Amino acid sequence: MDSGELLLVAVAGMLVVAAVAQTAAVGVAQPRIALAFGALIAFGEVLRLALPGGRESAPIGSAGAFAYAVVLHVGPKPATQPALQVIAIAAAGMVVGALPHLAAGRPTGLAGIAARLIAVGFVAAAFRPLSRNTIISDPKHWWLALAVMTGLLAAGWLVECLIRALIRADALRARFGVALWDEIRVQLPLGVAVAATAILIAFAAATMGLVALGVFIAPLLVTQMAFRRYAGIRATYLQTVRALARVTEVGGYVEDGHAERVGRLAVVVGRDLGMSEPELLQLEYAALMHDIGQLSLLDPIPGGATVLASPDDQRRIAELGASVIGEAGVLPGVAEIVRCQHWPWRGPDGEPPVGSRIIRAANAFDDLVGSSAETGRAMAALERLRLDTATEYDPAVVEALARVAGRRNGSAGRLPAC
Amino acid sequence: MVTGNGHRSNGGGPSRLSPAAWLYVGVVVVAAVAVLAQLLGTDWATDDAAGESGLTLAVLALLFLVTDSTPTTLTSRQSAWSPSSSATLAAVVLLGPLGAMAVGATSLLSVRRGVDLTQRAFNASMYGLSAYCAGQVYIALGGQVGLPWRQSFHGIIGPFAVAAVVHVVINYGLLWGMLMLVPPVTAGQPSRAAGLHIPLLFVSDLGYATLGLLIAALWGAGLDAFAAVLVLVPMFVARWAMGQFAAQERAYAATIAALCQAVETKDFYTRGHSERVARGSAMIAQEVGMRSGRVEAIRYAGMLHDVGKLGVPTTVLQKSGPLTEEEFAAIQLHPMRGLEIVRQIGFLDEALAGIMHHHERIDGLGYPMGLAGDEIPEFARVIAVADAFDAMTSNRSYRGARSIEEAVADLRKWSGTQFDPALVDAFVAALSKAGWHQPQAPKMAPADGVAVRDHDDPTTPLQVIEGR
Repeated sequence: MDSGELLLVAVAGMLVVAAVAQTAAVGVAQPRIALAFGALIAFGEVLRLALPGGRESAPIGSAGAFAYAVVLHVGPKPATQPALQVIAIAAAGMVVGALPHLAAGRPTGLAGIAARLIAVGFVAAAFRPLSRNTIISDPKHWWLALAVMTGLLAAGWLVECLIRALIRADALRARFGVALWDEIRVQLPLGVAVAATAILIAFAAATMGLVALGVFIAPLLVTQMAFRRYAGIRATYLQTVRALARVTEVGGYVEDGHAERVGRLAVVVGRDLGMSEPELLQLEYAALMHDIGQLSLLDPIPGGATVLASPDDQRRIAELGASVIGEAGVLPGVAEIVRCQHWPWRGPDGEPPVGSRIIRAANAFDDLVGSSAETGRAMAALERLRLDTATEYDPAVVEALARVAGRRNGSAGRLPAC
Repeated sequence: MVTGNGHRSNGGGPSRLSPAAWLYVGVVVVAAVAVLAQLLGTDWATDDAAGESGLTLAVLALLFLVTDSTPTTLTSRQSAWSPSSSATLAAVVLLGPLGAMAVGATSLLSVRRGVDLTQRAFNASMYGLSAYCAGQVYIALGGQVGLPWRQSFHGIIGPFAVAAVVHVVINYGLLWGMLMLVPPVTAGQPSRAAGLHIPLLFVSDLGYATLGLLIAALWGAGLDAFAAVLVLVPMFVARWAMGQFAAQERAYAATIAALCQAVETKDFYTRGHSERVARGSAMIAQEVGMRSGRVEAIRYAGMLHDVGKLGVPTTVLQKSGPLTEEEFAAIQLHPMRGLEIVRQIGFLDEALAGIMHHHERIDGLGYPMGLAGDEIPEFARVIAVADAFDAMTSNRSYRGARSIEEAVADLRKWSGTQFDPALVDAFVAALSKAGWHQPQAPKMAPADGVAVRDHDDPTTPLQVIEGR
């Protein structure tokens, strides 16, 4: 756990200690309702979901906690829990729900819990005092309550995204603005579903009582299942491309591990240059498959190092590779990046896409350095690339490569990129 | 809810329906119209709450139309999924069976593209009948029709749950009948129902059915028609996620196919081999009744079974004369090389075993391990049959393609020694149903004109120079 996560967990921890102490001192209001919501939150935490990019989410737990923060009536009775009790119950539920993960040897996801908890605390602190207001709690003014709930939940969701983006930018050395947009893009659909479910539960509880919790979490369960499958196929997709990129190695066309090293290096360089996650995913696919065109060569290039191949061969490899990828018809951007990978930065064909420029530099770097961890070799390779920045390599990319290579040994938190 | 999505492939219209399918559609539509005719006979139009019911019906019908008009196309591209069942099931509670049927029948007006009139009529009747039956079951179990008030709410949950199940089952049943009667568009294509993730769809439909209960409950809480609007939000998110999943799955399949084709460029004559073996393996798997997850896995295993060939030097693969023992050993190693590549993929272990052992023989004389009989993983035995069959029915530089009949006869001849007899039978049965696309003869021989022995071809075993 790095410093950012530690700080976050410490802040959330202090909030929880205060909330638990206060709740213990004044006693739990409406314990049956608290228990029901706590159980729902714990259940949601057990069913945690992995989203693309190594993110964790617990939509059902979040929906339960948010609903507890904004519920006005349970059955005919008004809901009276204060904000600190909401935080205490949500924390208890999340911790209990995290225990099975701990027992199974999975990561505890403390940082994720802390982020969710702070968002719930924010909504509860803003809404619980309002809930005593007779205008808002009057069922006749449901539209007013609805508007306030919607606004607060949106703000709470944004707070959570902000926290997650801060942590992620720190861990991956990404730019904060880019990280925030990535976070918002990934979390928006589920966030909307969670907020809508929380509001629906809050209103339905007035008619149906606590049954609403059990019955209406089901649609979200289905949504979560669809998301799980989506995240699963995305992960398999990436794994498969990583694996199949190795056919060039098994075939003796390139050095062992070349495709994966170039892929990793390209992603880190791209992130340093401020590329967003969808762009990075394309870049990684392209980098992994950049040598696939070599399969069409009858005889492997000696040593497989395309940096040493003749320009004509480089062009053939790039174009054959692009046509293979283009055949699939689903990754047009990737095919384009692969097609332009041999273009010089200032060449007759115009400026290649930034992804192609990155792959060109990363490929040359890896061809020259290989799997060796010697700093001397890396420095020499960088020197050679720098000498060629007039026409061959984009100087901005080479400088990013130099920065990244400088910290390659002090691993910059290898979270999955996409 | 799942619907037939028109017979779009190859521009087939209603004219392509067989007489049996026409009869089926006719029976379903007539049944629906007969039930709907009762609507005219009832006196609910003169009811006190008629105006209110009319408004409820209009809102629910609109909700149904919005959700039904923007479905997610499923992997198979033959059927579509939309969360519209929540509107019909809300109508079951708020309006009763006939009202629910009317809501379902608005599918006739769906603005979906590429759905012809026959298809609309069938979909509307299917929805209408499932909604009507669900409504009758709901009433039969003691559910009350109308706004659920606090006292009655607990009483309607049970009947509603059963009604939701009945609704989904009838929807799927009617659609399944349709899919069975419409022949696959292209030979060798798996039957349409197989491409659907039935368990996932079934559970999601039940989940969205509970949204129907939510609409009804919120209607009772005073939110009225606004309840329906609120409910739209999670529905569309679910729809979006399903769509993303389906799109990713299609992209994944296309990418694998393209990469396998890249591997095949190494050998002129084996073009399309991986794809045909994938199809053949899936045909066998379906024939022996594997569940859909395993069929998918074996499809990928069949697709990837020969990636290890890249590890074999081109000079060995293209050698025309007998092989030295070293060269033969290099060929025998290719399944292991393949395994090495695909091991990183989070596949079922079964698929990995299938790739590794696809050259084992029932009599134990295969490679790389020399397993015999039941020791050979089922996936490997399946792939072995499809692999050899495709090799025999394809052109090779040293012989022309054999006919399907000859190849079947050869499969039978080696059934029990090289192949699993049960799987050979299954393959032959599947062939007679779905047919087989033999590859086109290559238009020109490769430039160097070498006579390449195919290691997959059982008719001409590789010759090895003994002890040198």
